[in-house]
Amino acid sequence: MIINQKVSDILEKQFPGSVIQPEEPQNDYIQLLPNNWNEIAKFLKKETELKFDSCQCITGVDLGIEENLEVRYNFHSMKHKHKIEIRIAVDRKRPTIPSVEQVWRGADWLEREVYDMYGVRFKGHRDLRRMLLPEDWKGWPLRKDYKTPNIYNGMKVKKVRKGWD
Amino acid sequence: MGLVHADEMTLNIGPQHPSTHGVLRLKVKTDGEIISEITPIIGYLHRCFEKHCETLSYEQIIPFTDRCDYIAAMNNNFGYVLAIEKMMDIQVPERVKYIRVIMAEFNRIASHLLALGTFGLDVGAYTPFLYMFRDRERILDLFEITCGARLLYNYMWVGGVSHDLPVGFVEASYRFLDEFEKNTNEYHNILSYNKIFIERSADVGVLPKDVAIDYGVTGPNLRGSGVKWDLRKDEPYSIYDRFKFNVPVGKGTMGSVGDCWDRYWVRAEEMNESVKIIRQALDKMPRDGDVHEALPKKVRPPKGSIYFRTESPRGDLGYYIISDGKGGPTRVKMRSPAFTALSALSEIATGWMLSDVLVILGSLDIVLGEIDR
Repeated sequence: MIINQKVSDILEKQFPGSVIQPEEPQNDYIQLLPNNWNEIAKFLKKETELKFDSCQCITGVDLGIEENLEVRYNFHSMKHKHKIEIRIAVDRKRPTIPSVEQVWRGADWLEREVYDMYGVRFKGHRDLRRMLLPEDWKGWPLRKDYKTPNIYNGMKVKKVRKGWD
Repeated sequence: MGLVHADEMTLNIGPQHPSTHGVLRLKVKTDGEIISEITPIIGYLHRCFEKHCETLSYEQIIPFTDRCDYIAAMNNNFGYVLAIEKMMDIQVPERVKYIRVIMAEFNRIASHLLALGTFGLDVGAYTPFLYMFRDRERILDLFEITCGARLLYNYMWVGGVSHDLPVGFVEASYRFLDEFEKNTNEYHNILSYNKIFIERSADVGVLPKDVAIDYGVTGPNLRGSGVKWDLRKDEPYSIYDRFKFNVPVGKGTMGSVGDCWDRYWVRAEEMNESVKIIRQALDKMPRDGDVHEALPKKVRPPKGSIYFRTESPRGDLGYYIISDGKGGPTRVKMRSPAFTALSALSEIATGWMLSDVLVILGSLDIVLGEIDR
């Protein structure tokens, strides 16, 4: 996966200081700062050498209560047939990140799902609502510090029994 | 058409509606009969797949992947086990590789049969549905003699498959393929070239190429828009590089490229390509070998993450798996192809008549179990 190094170099040249250089050399992903993510995204899509025209997957990640939340993007280019993974860490207390919904239309629902499960606010998203859960749901279920509520809308939530019986 | 302006009316299609292929609600704003806005509302089938995965071990997740896309459960197993095998660097025996491809392609045919049959139902053709279910039933019979289940198989395991092929499976498969190839002509006669069907689906719900890519639409829906993109060809996984087959794309035979008929046609053609693959796989498959040979004692992928995609009948099915070296994953995210296809619905369907919405929805071939997970 040489493409990662190439993309990383191009981004460093175009947007100095936005790429967080890894401690050990690795080729799996590129870690970015969230600040000018929207401009970088537009650049990734437009630049003739890169042409990442398809947003494959957006994954929210919570690696533990002490750690930051993370949003991971998998992009793919139909033209050049290469792909990259981009990771952006967001603060757990105030999780905001620029939205790329207007860059790739497919990111619309994918971002809404991350918001639904992790509470990451995508700044600039035109329709940031819950995706899979009901709109009156409280909390962000896939975060590690999420506690299942005892009561939902006046209904008692059944305790899950341990084990399979 | 633009002269008459009736009052806008908001209309709900679903959550319980025979044409929504599951539990889906469409909030439709209509201007007379023309649709001015359409919002899909999903989540009625949400079963917390991703939350469950965090508490389960890797082997226990396989049955859950079955239940995500219950129409093509084999393909869902396939992507998941390949991802884990890649993380753990397991080499499976040759026979297992062939068995998996055969099963996946059989399931693709079964899934497309259901998709085309219900698409016919959506436009009011009842007979083709029954014809197609006749053939689908025979594929399910083949699955049943292999692993005992007809819909949710839990067949592919990390490092192997649950059961070896039973005696007589290969012969039965050949018999089925011979008859199926004749039957496909029958489908073309009763549905594909049916005048009413063409009137309802050709030139309706056109999805242009660039819009499809922008939305991340994949699979037959993308190929219907004329993009030659198939992971089996462009990014071969498993042993797909050993087979000869074509990638059919929409050409606008009946209307314009990317209309409902093209999406239908791509699926119909893909079934023939799957037949080709199965034939080659049956011919080349090693006749003996232990399918449990490479099963690992413990499924514990090393620390790290992987994003792995396979071509399911609905498109690029991706799994994002993060492992921290324990017996269960930290995170499993499923990138569902039907999810992205449905997100494009509002783009495709706006401006069409109310009766066309169900045709467009049928042509996208969505499975709500996979969208809501």
